[in-house]
Amino acid sequence: MDKAQKDLHARYQQMVKEATPQPNRWKNLVMAFITGGVICTIGQLFYNLFEVIEPSRLETTAVTQAAMIALGAIATGLGLYDWLAERGGMGAAIPVTGFSNTVTAAAMEFKREGYILGMGTKMFVIAGPVLVYGILSGFVVSLLRAVLTGSLF
Amino acid sequence: MEAKRLGLQTVVFRQAPCIVGCSTIAGPKEGEGNLGSYIDTLVDDPLMGQPTPEKAERMLLYQACQDALAKANLTEDDMQLFIGGDLLNQIISSSYCARDLGIPFLGIYGACSSIVEGLGLGALIVDGDYADSVLVATSSHYQASERQFRYPIELNIQHKKSNQWTVTGAAAAVLSKTRTGPKITMATFGRVLDYGIRSPNDMGAAMAPAAADTLCRHFQDTGTSPGDYDLILTGDLAAVGQKLFVQLVKESDYTLDSKHMDVGAAIYKPEQRSGAGGSGCACSAIGILGYVVKEMLEGKLERVLAIATGALFSPVSNQQGDSIAGIAHAVVIEA
Repeated sequence: MDKAQKDLHARYQQMVKEATPQPNRWKNLVMAFITGGVICTIGQLFYNLFEVIEPSRLETTAVTQAAMIALGAIATGLGLYDWLAERGGMGAAIPVTGFSNTVTAAAMEFKREGYILGMGTKMFVIAGPVLVYGILSGFVVSLLRAVLTGSLF
Repeated sequence: MEAKRLGLQTVVFRQAPCIVGCSTIAGPKEGEGNLGSYIDTLVDDPLMGQPTPEKAERMLLYQACQDALAKANLTEDDMQLFIGGDLLNQIISSSYCARDLGIPFLGIYGACSSIVEGLGLGALIVDGDYADSVLVATSSHYQASERQFRYPIELNIQHKKSNQWTVTGAAAAVLSKTRTGPKITMATFGRVLDYGIRSPNDMGAAMAPAAADTLCRHFQDTGTSPGDYDLILTGDLAAVGQKLFVQLVKESDYTLDSKHMDVGAAIYKPEQRSGAGGSGCACSAIGILGYVVKEMLEGKLERVLAIATGALFSPVSNQQGDSIAGIAHAVVIEA
């Protein structure tokens, strides 16, 4: 690419930047805070409920996670979660319900190409990177902790 | 014999093929939009009772073709060519529609510019006496496009304000030189321009330079100016793209003012949450074969320059870091 073309592209990028409406960051921030907060409050309610039945912390956490994942999947199936995310942004994407949504949405979408080559292959098409890099960073952090503290647990 | 070419990129149709019949069809969201009253058939179910949006899209396309033929009082057997294009991989909507129609088929791909590419090619063929009647049609479907170019429908995405919403619908036109109707008198086929836009969220910005280039070329080739047209219609630049388009055209010393309308920016109402506006093959096609043709038949428009723009990229080229090129074709339609 010659210099004239580079300059043209740079100038055009500037024009595009000026023509593109900026997102309302404060509104998005507040909406994300409320949406994420409500989802987490529901999670806490589940936790408190399960704690009564099974007081072990590990077990209660696991069951709460499972319940929230199920809730996210059901909301996705009912077509509610994309509506929520359109308004709540990252507040809906970051909690585990959002993760559940990525898997469910892909499963719903690709079921049309069959259960094996469609849904089976593409279910993690969005969630895949989260798993890969989630596990990788978990491993690195655990390794660092093991080295620094001299203990695996 | 008068010249059939003008300047660098424009062709003139001396026998001016007519749009003897045309039809548009779209989904409920488009029906509720600003151009709803210009769409011939509105369907309640965007899936048309089909299990997949791909199957629904080709049904929409087939229906538009049949309706256009019926309006022209013609049948498939009267058509010597079918020119069709759509957005789906390997233009399957058009191919399967051609299979069902049984008309000799020329498949084209100009992304969202397909309708004008088709009308231009059809007019060339009819004007050149290579066919008496040609059927031209395009389609697009929101759900089918989303899954091919972007994400699953139900995914937790907060759309950007520059995002565009693919129009669910189809449009078809029968071109013939033997009867009356709006005439196609000129076509300007555009160059592919790439100004280095990389984000598929900025498709209007990727296409605006091509639209401005084709428009200015058309003015230079034909010696016309915006004042010679009642309306200069662009296909699907939408809110962001049309702003850039007007700016770029102004740099070439042409002022469009109120002469310009962009179908993408006009098709949906602001409360329909469609980002910058509509896009897709059906967007420009509904604008031209719905809005323009109807206004012409009512005598409200005489001479229109219709430009349809396409963003040329694939999800693979995009992921591999290639920028998005744009193309624009123009036709002059006269009442």
